Amino acid sequence: MAVKIIKSKNFVETDFVESLAEVPVEEYKPWPENDKLKIVGKPVSRIDAYEKVSGTASYTTDKFLPNMVYGKILRSPHPNAILKNLNTEKAEKLEGVLKILSFKNCPEISWYYDTSLLFDKNLRYQGDEVACVAAISERIALEALKLIEVEYETLPFVTTASEAMMSESPKVHGWGNILDGKPDTYVRGDVEKGFNEADQIIEEEFNTQVVVHNPTEVHCSLANWDDDKLTIWDSTQAIFSVRDTVAASLKIPSSKVRVIKKFMGGGFGSKLEAGKHTIMAALISRDIGKPVFISVDRKEMNLAVGNRPDSNQKLKIGVKKDGTITALSHISYGSVGAYPDSAGCSWPLKTIYLCPNVKTEEYSVLTNSGRSRAMRAPGHVQGTFALEAIIDDAAEKIGMDPLEFRLKNYAETDQVFNVPYTSKKLKDAYLKGAEIIRWKRRNKTPGSQNSEVKNGIGMATQIWWGGGGPPAYAALKLNRDSSINVFAGSQDLGTGTYTFIAQVAAEVLEIPVEKIKVDIGDTDFPYCPLSGGSMTAPSVAPAIRDAAEQMKGKLISAAAAILNLPEEELMYSQGLVSSIKEKDKKISITEIVSKTRNRELITNGAREKNPDGYATNSFGVQFADVSVDTLTGKVKVNKIAAAYDIGRTLNPKTLYNQIHGGIIQGLGYALFEERLLDRKTGKVLTTNLHSYKIPTIKDAPEIEIAIVSQFDPLNSSIGVKGVGEPAIIPTAAAIGNAVYNAIGKRIRSLPITPDKIIKALYS
Amino acid sequence: MNDKSSPRKFSRRKFVQGVSTTIIGSYVLTPGVSKISEKLEAETKEIASGKKPLNLIVNKVRYELMISPETTLAEVLRNELKLTGTKLICNHGECGGCTVLLNGEAIYSCQMLALDAGEKEVTTIEGLLTGEELHPIQKAFVEHDGLQCGYCTPGQIIAAQAILLKNSQPSKEEILTGMSGNLCRCAAYPNILKSVLAAAGYLTEGTNR
Repeated sequence: MAVKIIKSKNFVETDFVESLAEVPVEEYKPWPENDKLKIVGKPVSRIDAYEKVSGTASYTTDKFLPNMVYGKILRSPHPNAILKNLNTEKAEKLEGVLKILSFKNCPEISWYYDTSLLFDKNLRYQGDEVACVAAISERIALEALKLIEVEYETLPFVTTASEAMMSESPKVHGWGNILDGKPDTYVRGDVEKGFNEADQIIEEEFNTQVVVHNPTEVHCSLANWDDDKLTIWDSTQAIFSVRDTVAASLKIPSSKVRVIKKFMGGGFGSKLEAGKHTIMAALISRDIGKPVFISVDRKEMNLAVGNRPDSNQKLKIGVKKDGTITALSHISYGSVGAYPDSAGCSWPLKTIYLCPNVKTEEYSVLTNSGRSRAMRAPGHVQGTFALEAIIDDAAEKIGMDPLEFRLKNYAETDQVFNVPYTSKKLKDAYLKGAEIIRWKRRNKTPGSQNSEVKNGIGMATQIWWGGGGPPAYAALKLNRDSSINVFAGSQDLGTGTYTFIAQVAAEVLEIPVEKIKVDIGDTDFPYCPLSGGSMTAPSVAPAIRDAAEQMKGKLISAAAAILNLPEEELMYSQGLVSSIKEKDKKISITEIVSKTRNRELITNGAREKNPDGYATNSFGVQFADVSVDTLTGKVKVNKIAAAYDIGRTLNPKTLYNQIHGGIIQGLGYALFEERLLDRKTGKVLTTNLHSYKIPTIKDAPEIEIAIVSQFDPLNSSIGVKGVGEPAIIPTAAAIGNAVYNAIGKRIRSLPITPDKIIKALYS
Repeated sequence: MNDKSSPRKFSRRKFVQGVSTTIIGSYVLTPGVSKISEKLEAETKEIASGKKPLNLIVNKVRYELMISPETTLAEVLRNELKLTGTKLICNHGECGGCTVLLNGEAIYSCQMLALDAGEKEVTTIEGLLTGEELHPIQKAFVEHDGLQCGYCTPGQIIAAQAILLKNSQPSKEEILTGMSGNLCRCAAYPNILKSVLAAAGYLTEGTNR
């Protein structure tokens, strides 16, 4: 099929990225509703489940190569220090130590957008890399770390955004603590005018905590050279980003680097970029001629590989008596840690509700702590918590039901870009969710129950991008036995990528899922985008469909040649090409492929372009039912009802599971997860899974899910929108609003711990 | 497999324990003219380096190993035996990723020295399969999608097996308590519960969403 090259603009996490992409010239008709499909939309079991339940799935931590050695990293114990001297003599003498890498012998490799080096003498947070030891065993490497003598000159430090913004505070870098020296601002309409038109103005301040991704598989890389070719097995969400960063760091062509990731133990955004350890493994491996495996431990996971930044948010809303929102303003401050990242969280406020006058200022502030990274719906989770609280408060102020207030201010179009949505079924989601939770049960007067344990119901809306887009490619190989190999450079994080790829190919070619073998997670395969931003399914699934549709075309063409019939007279169905006119004239895939000299047929598919002049977003709402014990302050989440517009459901089994996961992670964020950093020492106190609390099976509430969408008719020929991030966005906000409905007191900081409840109730 | 039924007359372990000092002595004194076999020489070096013999029965197979005393059971399973289904997530006994059965009881293998598991029956996730055939609990986790990334899954399944070995009809509360030591960051918990309920025979086909 003909292709063309276009300029493609996609939303990736927090930014629009423009790139050239090859797209098909002709586009396919969207599929009909799922009940007219045979395989897509059905609860197919994960095709990689066998490996995962049998223990044979090989994660990066499970890869062993002959002669491989182990690397461990020495990290700064200080929040701010200069590395004055480093003596590795004793460590080098330890039997089994093969190499020690530090600023003394490592080339200068730029890191963190040129603000630092792979080994920098300025150590700006507890956990900054000082040296790396490779040894024949992990234990010897750890022993050697203790033998390295380091002289630090400790410096004053700052740990919070508010402190860092003061002019007299220590500067994390020479150039000041506010990134770019100013906030990211956005203005629509005239907020002053808007507030003047309001009958009521509400101003509130919210705070959210730092939380840590803590995926189960630690960050790790295994590097091995053969001559000038480097292979890296990496626990990553972004094989191509890792490849390109490694190539640039080592100043070698990308074509010499191959990155492989077949299985990974979670990422949640923390594994979207190459780690320093990956570069170290490659450097040491080249030097000593052995495969090098470097992993971090759980403490390092909690110090040095990313987190969700905290936030301090000041919101102001103006409303008329009839419920019209006249103005919204938002000022946010978030600490990105010691190196540049984004802590902005205004987007939901700019877009969810109809409002002509909006102003936002987002400050990303440097502090002497571990750098933040994208974490499942970066910005939106913290922003939605605050926005949805003040929306409820505004509704109460004018005596309006919170759901009615949201429906009153429903935005039919994207107000930032002033374009229509490719689809938006949020209204249906509101009504469905309200029905499931039985919204009418909520306390008309918050906190009015007279019992010790008070129940409450709350809701919150979410918006996310999730439209994906080109470039994304896939290759299909049809074998003689009518089985298929799919090759695509995508990643499965546990999200079900393997399975939906097989389903889409099986749907088009009308053959069983079992006949499709999916190979992904390898930069030798056609390019696919990183797996983040809820863009994998909407980007990759259409490329698979294109490759499979082309295969159908090839089969018809081949059958025409074999049967001496015109192509127009032939049709494909369930592995057979047959004549429309004479039913006995037919030929199977196996026969066709056997008659070709190469015994296989190959096609390449590409993701079509996104429609011009539209925005694609996933929408959803969650309703929470909670009980608050007014004696202990403990919050119990009884039930979450989640209703979503995510376009087409590719696989309800993996979809529901992913939504469960987002909700339960959101519950942890709402009620107990928190990275604690001691302001006096600048050190993290929660460095293990005992002190850093993540939800257990006992914390999981009852969850009821409704998908209100059939498919997005315009975004792609598949019509699926992303769900990974939408699942977590509104949970904390819905729980916060439910707690307010239960006790009649607003907890404006996360996590909502018992002490905050007790303080709110009795002081 | 036959080790138990036909005990060897000459156990390497006993031999090594009994004569190690002498051997080391003779090795050191007369290295050039030593009559010690190469095999014994290798073992002697290991003893000199502080390694200890370990007799480990994993998934019904007996292994004779020489290990450093500080080695944990999890390390032996993963690094020596390459049974990598057992995962190290926290390495501190906080997450359950390394759960294995020791004489039928669930334990955190990162918290046990391998030497303490000597002569005991260890079952790992790999040991639940019969050939390529999955165990019914494993099948339940596939059918009910009791996993996402799959990294904590071996530990979850072994924990479930431990519950069901003790009580084939556990209550929902007993399942939740029994599984609460196994963290899943993807939070596939509702489906994990469903998988264990199904393995206990409480769920029937068609409830697989």
